[in-house]
Amino acid sequence: MKAKSKGRWNIGIEVLMILLALLFLSPFYFLLANSVKSFGEILSNAASWPQEFMWSNYTNAWKLARFSEAFRNSLIVTIISVVLISLFSAMAAYRMVRANTRFNQILLLLFVAAMVVPFQTIMIPILKVVNILGVNNSFAGLIISNLGLSIPMAIFLFHGFIKSVPLEIEEAATVDGCNPISAFFRIVLPLLKPMLMTIIVLNALGIWNDYLLPSLILQAPGLRTIPLATFSFFGQYTKQWDMALPALTLGVAPIVIFYLFMQRYIVEGIAAGSVKG
Amino acid sequence: MRGSKLSQFGQQTFFVGPALLFFTLITIIPFLMGMYYSFTDWNGVSGNVSWVGADNFTAIFTNDPDFWSSFWFTVRFTVLGVVLTNIVGFFLAYFLTKPLKTRNMLRTIFFMPNVIGGLLLGFIWQFIFIKGFATMGDITGWSFFNLPWLGDATTGFWAIVMVFVWQSSGYLMVIYIASLSNVSKEVLEAAEIDGASRMQVLRSIIVPLIMPAVTIGLFLAISWSFKMFDLNLSLTKGGPFKSTESVAMNIYNEAFLNNRYGLGTAKALLFFLIVAIITVIQVRVTKSKEVEA
Repeated sequence: MKAKSKGRWNIGIEVLMILLALLFLSPFYFLLANSVKSFGEILSNAASWPQEFMWSNYTNAWKLARFSEAFRNSLIVTIISVVLISLFSAMAAYRMVRANTRFNQILLLLFVAAMVVPFQTIMIPILKVVNILGVNNSFAGLIISNLGLSIPMAIFLFHGFIKSVPLEIEEAATVDGCNPISAFFRIVLPLLKPMLMTIIVLNALGIWNDYLLPSLILQAPGLRTIPLATFSFFGQYTKQWDMALPALTLGVAPIVIFYLFMQRYIVEGIAAGSVKG
Repeated sequence: MRGSKLSQFGQQTFFVGPALLFFTLITIIPFLMGMYYSFTDWNGVSGNVSWVGADNFTAIFTNDPDFWSSFWFTVRFTVLGVVLTNIVGFFLAYFLTKPLKTRNMLRTIFFMPNVIGGLLLGFIWQFIFIKGFATMGDITGWSFFNLPWLGDATTGFWAIVMVFVWQSSGYLMVIYIASLSNVSKEVLEAAEIDGASRMQVLRSIIVPLIMPAVTIGLFLAISWSFKMFDLNLSLTKGGPFKSTESVAMNIYNEAFLNNRYGLGTAKALLFFLIVAIITVIQVRVTKSKEVEA
């Protein structure tokens, strides 16, 4: 009797949640369906299924938004930033756990405190620093800034994780003649893989989607990342939906595909990060 | 002896050096520079920077209605955004920890808006508010769809809240799912045997046990909504008549459109103090409500 009512309650919830999910997805339906309509059809009925598929909308948008260039730029910036963030943070956190000196304790506190500072508080002077270093309007400037901004959080997460990695394996490696540097790269780094994946995936999402920082550092049109290219394209073709919507779809697609492949790591990473936080 | 000291120093430099270097360059130095510039009249371009004392701060407090209206927008937005995203996120998690057949697919869908950047999401919704809603209004005849969604201060505010909740509740859902699956089955079964109703179990057992997740959920939602920039920019550009301008946007405009970097950094510093105070208070209050299972 009890089990039966429980089963019915679950079916009711399931139906309700599916309806809610459809509502959640409806913006994507509007985006996709209208991206292949003619301009006239978008104006006359934005909710209908396309009568005729205008794939040429996509080829036009691809060319005019210089999308292949933007995609390449986003890829360069994201990959280099993420690799260096993971590497430098893992190295620093490892040393800070294994050599728990006063200096390193204070440093950890500083990293944690920095996580509360909103980006807007430091963005104006960051531009000044980037100018002084002579890396304004370049990928180098953007990558260096990404490193400085993302390293505190990554160190914090690695620090918590490394504390749970047993010391014995490293000691064995040292006895076998490994120096600390090769012990780190050959023994410790592979052990960090779960947290490494988390940090890679979360930072990749954040850096790929970032608009504000790249818009301040990258002025040359040839350096535009996807959010920048989309922004300027949208400004140019406001209300010309048959151009704007395919461009938006192209901008959204890579990250959604990435998500569908990496979702296990994303979800685990958020859960792990929140428990530590 | 000397050799081992040096090698400790060498190791410290090798492992911590790179991270510390970039952190110093991009966070510490800019933070200190910001403190200095907030007391100057720097315009961002000229090399002439003169010390003006507390003038910038006096100007913000006495003569800057735009800053305070953007502040008021941000506060209202934060209160609503934080409450709504956490409630929606919690209930999605609550139902999606039940044994449903489509559970994993549903989780994937509810989280999806989160992976797309705020800028692109804002543009997608701009289309929906302008064209999609108009069409739905024609089909259904509901006046809800025919409101001037992006053209009016009140509806513009709600439009941004709506998109924010759609975007962010999936992230909080993931956190609440992680926390809910740690609630012990025995405790829940015991409550059921004692005859507690679903609501009683939810209020008296589940919510107190997941307070650590609530602490994090509130903390994240507060920092997201306080720092909001991309969504406003692509959805309303802060309009109409600056009614949806966030503090982050106001700081940006002051520095980069009005070329008043000194004033901008002063606002940014004030902003930091407010965010820091609010988050510290919030974490203290919710932490004090956490219980041991």
